[in-house]
Order: sequence, then structure tokens, then C-alpha cells
Amino acid sequence: MSGEQTRKLIALAFIWVLLLLAPYWMAPLGGYTALGTRVLVLGLAAMSVNFLLGFTGVLSFGHAAWFGLGAYGCGLILKFIAPSTPLGLLAGTMLGGVMGGLLGALIVRRRGVYFAMVTIAFGQVFYYIAFQWSSLTGGDDGLRPFSRQPLHLGFTTIDILNDSIAFYYFVLLCFALAVSLMGFILRSPFGRTMLAIRENERRARFLGIPVERHIWIAFTLSCFFMGLAGALYALVNNFADPRGLHYSQSGDFVMMAVMGGMRSFWGPLLGAAVFVILQDYLSSITINWMSFVGLLFVLVVLFFPRGLLGAIRRKSEA
Amino acid sequence: MTQLILFNVTNGLIIGAFYVLMALGLSLILNLSNVINFAHGGFLVIGGYIAYTLTPYVGFWGALLIAPPLTAAIGLVVERLLIRPLYGRDPLYSLLLTFGLAFIIEDGTRFIWGAQGKPVTIPAFLAQPLSYEFFFITGYRLFMVVVVLFAIALLFLLLRYTRLGIRIRAGTLDLETVSALGVNVRTLRSLNFAVGIFLAGLSGVLAAGQLGLEPTMGAGVLMPSFIAIIVGGVGSLTGTLLGGLLIGVASGLAAVFLPAASEAIMYVLMAVVLLIRPRGLLGEEGMMT
Repeated sequence: MSGEQTRKLIALAFIWVLLLLAPYWMAPLGGYTALGTRVLVLGLAAMSVNFLLGFTGVLSFGHAAWFGLGAYGCGLILKFIAPSTPLGLLAGTMLGGVMGGLLGALIVRRRGVYFAMVTIAFGQVFYYIAFQWSSLTGGDDGLRPFSRQPLHLGFTTIDILNDSIAFYYFVLLCFALAVSLMGFILRSPFGRTMLAIRENERRARFLGIPVERHIWIAFTLSCFFMGLAGALYALVNNFADPRGLHYSQSGDFVMMAVMGGMRSFWGPLLGAAVFVILQDYLSSITINWMSFVGLLFVLVVLFFPRGLLGAIRRKSEA
Repeated sequence: MTQLILFNVTNGLIIGAFYVLMALGLSLILNLSNVINFAHGGFLVIGGYIAYTLTPYVGFWGALLIAPPLTAAIGLVVERLLIRPLYGRDPLYSLLLTFGLAFIIEDGTRFIWGAQGKPVTIPAFLAQPLSYEFFFITGYRLFMVVVVLFAIALLFLLLRYTRLGIRIRAGTLDLETVSALGVNVRTLRSLNFAVGIFLAGLSGVLAAGQLGLEPTMGAGVLMPSFIAIIVGGVGSLTGTLLGGLLIGVASGLAAVFLPAASEAIMYVLMAVVLLIRPRGLLGEEGMMT
């Protein structure tokens, strides 16, 4: 086993141990378990964006739409159909993924800035629908009331509604499944093809790779992951917010990915952690937190374009 | 009924003309520099508030003349300091930077001028309705359309006949060759950016007179301008013009028959255009695809 592989394994083990023990080390550091849960969910969302952005090289700036659809899908099931957490998660994931796949077919023929603009504009459609259709979605006030339901496993019941630590582990389980699947896809021949398209689209095309179809599949997969993240987010808040569909939310996700390091698999999770904690802190000390978040965007772009992990990696190579 | 439709179509055209003004500025910057300027709405707000601040001293007409160039000057500074380092990098970065900038501008205007809406006084004779039969056409609306038409005509003349305009158009097609022919591309991009921001500033003054001012108003006009560009076709300014008017009229008509959908209809229109003609109405194949 080479040195690099060993280092990678150690890093991986470190990440998982950190995540598994989070409820125990966060409290002494001044955090709280719900904050950790939010980092996991938003981290999953940022990793889904990065699945497309960092590994296929396609800039979607409207991914909040699929995130929000996941949240509404989950919330609507819990509110109107059946009080079942797994069913809600499934519905949210399907809603985000299927709608993303359908609209993706229209979008993927464009590239670069044009792709970004079309994704932003399409993303806003769902924002307006959620905003206008108040009889179903609650409009500006958001979708409520509903709440996540205890898990019935036949032999036992896990109360994820009231026990925040149990809920953290439930979210961690979903996160682990999704992230493993993501990693598995990226290591498959399909994932390697995505990288080839990112590195040189024209050459990939000459090699006979159906570029549009690959981008569409990657886009759709990313929308499914996004839908799951959104559905989990609805469970975290027991609430679905139209602002979760807005393009400014998409901007936040892209920022998390860039800030953490979009060329690395785990970067977006780190970016999400920094972003969530910073936002939590800033909004508690100043009403002008929007300026600070904006300033963060400007500073990261100008001085930290490779993100935290990118900068660390570059340093260790130098 | 006829009058109602006529009312809404006219109304749509007026709003469309306003979108066109915004979208043309965005389009100019996008075409030459490959930058999606998310802060364009922010510059509209800056233009409006500058006009608001100046009106007590120089009157509405003075503000109309001074505010747009002042906004363009601010745009020039922003371009020099923040956006210039990003040319040649992935468009993702300029998109994120202007996105953050939009936040800062919105929060900044709220900090300076307050969150409350501010009215801008317009000359009394413009506030009169022109005719009592067609009650909806106030002098100001007509005036807005005239100014927009004038600005668009001026822009197209600039692009067609002046050296700067010819260079901007050439640079849109092939910036490398333009650079090789000895044109200073940096200056060209700066001036082009300033022209785009000038249009945003002008939109700001006009909008201030019609709707009053709020720090959040920039975000609301940004999306229609995006759609105007996409519908018209990226790379074509005439397309942007057409796209803006089209979505204005479409949302005007939707307001007659299905008021709740007047916003959504723009997106439907965009989806239809992308389905039938993916490059947009007048977009050329191969341009930024």
C-alpha cells in the first residue's frame, strides 16, 4: 500500500469517527446537536451540487429548486397523506429527482454561462409555484404544521422526534448511504467518464462518449441526492420554506462547495460546516449579516478560489 | 373586454421596455466578458437611490441626467477592483462574486437609506393621466417608454457607428483577434461594463419615479431580464430586445386571463422556446453553447 493510499484511509477514518462522535464532542465546544444535523443535511446538498460542479464541470446555479422540491414533497406527504418518515423521504427524493430529470433534458444542451442562466431561471419556477399556490403550500408562510414521525422497526420504535441525538444518527445513516452511493458512482466507469467530460469535453465527444446523455444522467442523479437532502431538511425543521427554493439558496450551496474545495469529495461538507456555523454566529451578533455573507463570497472568490481543502492540499504538495 | 386586453398589452409593453433596458446591459456584459452580473439589480437600486438623494438639489431632470453616469462610475470602480481579476477564470467565480456583491449592495442601501420605501417626486405634468378614456396611460409611463426607446436607439447607434461600439461587437465575436489587432481589451471590457451599468442606473431612476424605491427591488427585475436574454438568445442584442418585449406582453396578457400566472407565464414561454429552439429566438449556434 502506497503512502498516499494510507493517508487517504486515515483521513477517511478520521472523518467518519468525527461524524459518529459529533453529538459528544460538539456540546463541550459550544455547539448543539441540531446544528450538527443541519451541517450534515446542508453538507449532503453541497456535495450533490459538487457532484455536478466539481466532477462533471457543469455549473448549475438553480439546485435549490430540487432541494426545495424534496422538502415540499416530504412535507406534503407528512401533512396530508400519511404520518410516515420513510415515505416522506422517499416522496421528497422522487419529486426532486424526477422533476430535475425532466427539466434537465431541456437544460443539458446548453453549456457554460448559458447553462447557469437557464438553471437559475428554471429554479425560480418552483419558487413562484410554492409562493403562489398557498392553498397547498402555505405560500409565503411556508408549509406547516407537520412533524417527523418516530420510526417503527417492528421490534422497536426509535423516537427521532423528541430525541435529538437519535435523530442525528438517523440523518447520519441517510447521509452515509447517499454519500457512499455518490462515491461508488464516482469510482465507476460512469464516474470516470464524468471526469473526462470535465477535463476535455471535445475530446470526450471525439472518443464517442454521448456527452449530452452523460451530463443529463449526472444532472438527474445529482437532483435525486438534492431531493433527499431537501426531504431531510424538512424533517430537521418540521417546516418547508419557499426561500429554500430561491436562487439565493442555490448560491449558498455553490458557495459551500467552492469554499470547502470543489475538486475534493469531502470539501463541500467542510464548506457547509463553516458556512452554517458562521451564519449561525453572524445572525446572532449583527442584523447586517447579509453584508458579511456577501463579503465572504467576495473574499473567497478573490483570495481562496480553491477552497479550504484545495489550499491545504496545495501547501502539502509545495 | 377589448379595452381590458388593450390595457394589459400596453402595460406589458411598457414593463417589457423596462426589462429590455435591464437585459441589454446584462447582455452587453455577458457577451463581451462572459460575466453573469448578478449585481445588475443592485446597480439599478444604486441608480434609484442616487436619484432620490439628488432630486431635492437638482430636481428630477437633473437627477435623470446625473444619476446614470454616477452609477456607471461606481460600476467602473467595481469592475477595476473586483471583476477584472476574474476574467479568464471559470465564469463560476464572477457569478459568485457578483452574487455576493448583490447581497452587500442590498444590505448597504438598507443601512444608508433605511428599509422603508422612498418615493421620488416626479414633475407634476408627468403625473397627469394623458386621456380620461384610456385612464391607465399617465404621462410618466409614456415618458418612460420614450426614454427607454431613446436609450436603446442611442445604444444601437453607438454599437453600429462608433469605434468603441464596433470594437465591442467585434470582441463579442472573437476577443483574441481584436486583442491581436492592437485593441486594449482591458479598457474595452471596462468601458463596456460601464455602458451596461449606465443602463442599469437609468432603469433605476425610471423605476424610482414609477414605483418608489426599496432596497430589495433589484432582485425582482433580475429574473425577468435573465429570461429576456434566454428567450431572445444569448449573444444577440436584438434578440434580447425582442425577448424583453415578448415576456412583457405575455405577462400582461396573462394578467387578464389568469392573474396568478402572470409571473409563471414568463417561465413557460422560456421552456417552450428552449424546447423548440434551444439557442433562443435569435441566438446563433455556436455562440456560448
